Amino acid sequence: MSAKTLYDKLWDDHVVLTEDDGTSLIYIDRQLIHEVTSPQAFEGLRLANRKPWRIDCNLAVADHNVPTTERSVGITDPVAKLQVETLDKNCAEFGITEFDMGDIRQGIVHVMGPEQGATLPGMTVVCGDSHTSTHGASGALAFGIGTSEVEHALATQCLTQKKSKNFLIKVNGSVGKGVTAKDIVLAIIGEIGTAGGTGYAIEFAGEAIAALSMEGRMTVCNMAIEAGARTGLIAVDDTTLDYYRGRPYAPKGDHWLIAERAWQKLHSDDEAVFDKTLELDASTIKPQVTWGTSPEMVVSIDDTVPNPLDEFDAVKQQSMQNALKYMGLTAEQPISSIQIDKVFIGSCTNSRIEDLRAAAAIVEGKQRAENVSLAMVVAGSGLVKQQAESEGLDKIFIAAGFEWREPGCSMCLAMNADKLEAGERCASTSNRNFEGRQGYGGRTHLVSPEMAAAAGIVGHFVDVREWN
Amino acid sequence: MKAFTKITTKVMPLDRANVDTDAIIPKQFLKSIRRAGFGPYLFDEWRYQDMGEPEMDCTNRPLKTEFVLNNADYQGAEILLTRENFGCGSSREHAPWALEDYGFRAIIAPSFADIFYNNCFKNGILPIVLSAEQVDSLFKQVTAGYQLSIDLEQQSITPEKGEVLNFTIDETRKYRLYNGLDDIALTLLQSDAIKAYEVERQERAPWLFA
Repeated sequence: MSAKTLYDKLWDDHVVLTEDDGTSLIYIDRQLIHEVTSPQAFEGLRLANRKPWRIDCNLAVADHNVPTTERSVGITDPVAKLQVETLDKNCAEFGITEFDMGDIRQGIVHVMGPEQGATLPGMTVVCGDSHTSTHGASGALAFGIGTSEVEHALATQCLTQKKSKNFLIKVNGSVGKGVTAKDIVLAIIGEIGTAGGTGYAIEFAGEAIAALSMEGRMTVCNMAIEAGARTGLIAVDDTTLDYYRGRPYAPKGDHWLIAERAWQKLHSDDEAVFDKTLELDASTIKPQVTWGTSPEMVVSIDDTVPNPLDEFDAVKQQSMQNALKYMGLTAEQPISSIQIDKVFIGSCTNSRIEDLRAAAAIVEGKQRAENVSLAMVVAGSGLVKQQAESEGLDKIFIAAGFEWREPGCSMCLAMNADKLEAGERCASTSNRNFEGRQGYGGRTHLVSPEMAAAAGIVGHFVDVREWN
Repeated sequence: MKAFTKITTKVMPLDRANVDTDAIIPKQFLKSIRRAGFGPYLFDEWRYQDMGEPEMDCTNRPLKTEFVLNNADYQGAEILLTRENFGCGSSREHAPWALEDYGFRAIIAPSFADIFYNNCFKNGILPIVLSAEQVDSLFKQVTAGYQLSIDLEQQSITPEKGEVLNFTIDETRKYRLYNGLDDIALTLLQSDAIKAYEVERQERAPWLFA
């Protein structure tokens, strides 16, 4: 048998049938559902008088629209309220398990899934959300889909897909102090661009990836989509198995033992051939800060804002000029001179317990800068929030002038009340710095939790490698 | 789904790279539980001077006149011509819904983001990949009233003057789009194969069926 990549193995394991042109019907083991991309899918089922193929493969949670302030008052925005209620109603009607707003397990769908062991190694995982790539950190084949495919997966437990090509990104060596999984993935996106992974499944490998915790690996795979790849993957190892053992939805007893044996094969074979390979030296990666309106517009903390005149491609030069104008920055201005107005620590990229611990360690005993009007910390789930509180992290943040909020997507995409005002500048641990992403006219700089926390204390970007 | 066979229409030149789905349809409109009615909010932040809200009546909103969608020369265009990595970012199908609702039936670009590309086919929109040079050349040709014909069966783009351009597309996608077929109904025809797969998979991975 010929050598296979991890992606090949996962793909082959899920093929129900393949057409002559290579289009395949792929079996889906887990679908995660949230309120924004599912109402029209459920409505489609009703209109066609169809039922879900397998109810037990679906798990739902409201995350995009939920308020991060006091929950007892409910959702005040009537349009958002209707959407969340529609999810409740649809789940009740079709018999799908949902963690509702009052459930301690409620949280961002991509935090809740692994936390519950609802997304596991070797599974195919889909969700009507592009950051579904997150779950590939466990050696699952996970990718985001549109609402038509949500309906398709509900009705048939399958999706019609074309196989992607294989892209190996090896991060060799180890990162220095203050350099995180977020910096690794931002540096990769800076290197290959936001379309560099289009048409590919990216497998992240190398010593620096293997050294990451599961949570760090999730941060890396989460942003594979920002490099254009629907799927990010990391091989299963002891870190993976240790993380999933004992999770509520993970297999138990004999099933765990069988699963563990099967999962240990989830790595690329030594002789496997990739369509494209990139190697990076981890020791050269510094804390990253985006300066523009696309995640590929990223530089190191000790750099300056690039000058569009140095770019020869006319389309790219125009994009850079548009970005500088939107962001209110000047070419060649030092990154450390950029003053911020708000801090957002949260999102499916960086809202897990290790992210909160790292940010808390930076702000402990210090005070939010005067020019920072709001610094908010939004845990990824009720359970993350509970864990953080049991460690006293909430008190550290509150003492430093940071707000401690209820779990949800919050200001990553600003569908709820948490948003930037026009012209406001934010140090954000989220994943997208597109125009208007965090609020109409808002300006986003993507950074690690440590970098966001430090910027909140000093009032401008600083190098966390020199933090005391 | 609406079938796509052949169209002859004006072309809207949107000369930007990396147009993301947040730009195509901003997040506040995603609160809708309906599938229709997103057209008036297509490219909302680039198109209007004020901030759009769901259910807003757009007829009297102040326009950003320099934005190409507001240019009288290109009104009625059903083909959108744009630059690389169109539709990057979020998986929101509201993006193709908004484009379709506005009236676009085909999009020509040097590349598309994967999820967006896939979503187009579910909504009767034909995304066409041409080389960056071919796209560049089309941008130079597009002026007021410029038209193109797109024939899916022939996989061809015919300008009023000049050479016919051909494009590639997967057979399965072409067949389904050309005939406007329902993907779910087609997959359900394979129910026996799906059930057989489940039986075989349960033996290998019993924990997934516990």
